Amino acid sequence: MHMPLEDTLGLNLLAANQHQAEHNREHFDAWRLLCINLMSSPGAGKTSLLERSLAALATDLSMAVLEGDMTTQLDAERLEAVGVPVVPITTGRACHLDAAMVSGGLKLLRQQLDPACLDLLWVENVGNLVCPAEFEVGEHRKVALLSVTEGDDKPLKYPVMFREADCVLITKTDLLPYLPVEVERIEAHIRAVNPRCTVIRVSASTGEGLEAWHSWVRQQLAQQIAQLTPAMVLA
Amino acid sequence: MHEVDMTKCLLLSMQDWRQQHGSVSPSVEVVHLQVGDFTCVEPAQLVTTWDVAIRGSWLEGARLSIEAIPLVGRCVCCSATYRPSAESAYRSPCCDHPMEEVVSGRELRIRSVDYTLTASVPAEKPAPVPS
Repeated sequence: MHMPLEDTLGLNLLAANQHQAEHNREHFDAWRLLCINLMSSPGAGKTSLLERSLAALATDLSMAVLEGDMTTQLDAERLEAVGVPVVPITTGRACHLDAAMVSGGLKLLRQQLDPACLDLLWVENVGNLVCPAEFEVGEHRKVALLSVTEGDDKPLKYPVMFREADCVLITKTDLLPYLPVEVERIEAHIRAVNPRCTVIRVSASTGEGLEAWHSWVRQQLAQQIAQLTPAMVLA
Repeated sequence: MHEVDMTKCLLLSMQDWRQQHGSVSPSVEVVHLQVGDFTCVEPAQLVTTWDVAIRGSWLEGARLSIEAIPLVGRCVCCSATYRPSAESAYRSPCCDHPMEEVVSGRELRIRSVDYTLTASVPAEKPAPVPS
């Protein structure tokens, strides 16, 4: 005899990834650092921005980078040239980083240094506007980049990514004079799907907006450290 | 093809669920998911990867049933609910306000599992009477 049964689970579909992400975050909190997940389409300027930001923030902040790249270590080599520890995570054919990959990257990072001495850990995700939005890696803040060359419709076409972001950087603004695109329209579309996020216009070439971006980062770091409880740090 | 990684996560959760049954292996008939329209999941691809992934496993023959949950927003100006769309930039038709509150559409949930246990298995033996 078979008896039909039904179990209600009510679990998140990505529960396995979320557990690992929470585990990563517990480590980040114990190390008293802020982890920022940088996401964008390929070529939006994540690496160029990081080159500038690492150089500018290294004056008083200790940082490291986990660098997601599908098949190469080209980006990691560029960032290492700035003098900040970089751990490349080659994802193979996977189009996003997941929490387990970041956990693997953390193990490699710990062979190089004690993460407790870091203020900031950057995760440069694989260039993709779709799935990185769904796969948490344990980050405290999500930052999405959108370059002006991508057109003003992208926040509407890939709304989940822009909805999830705490901060959206409109990049390559130095190219605006040469493009039939209005930056106000890009910004309006970002705010349409995510009215609460911070939007900053930047150019890694001219340096426009970098000061505002860096002060946002410092502000998030201060907020993150301020909300840590002794239990989180001792975990 | 992030549906492959999503299927892997789903299989891990199913494995955990199976272990809760101890030595009794349940025979799964249907796994019910709820997937919001405002997610990065393509339901048809999820079903395809599921069908391939369970071949030869303890889940062979189990069907994935996906309930699509519509994107519903609530206008923070007048509290009316509405169906945001890309064509109208996700803004509310009542007050032309940006999509601030999402009521539904972000679900990625394993709702329930339909399964059977055969009568001969230990789970259905009467509980031992304490001596």
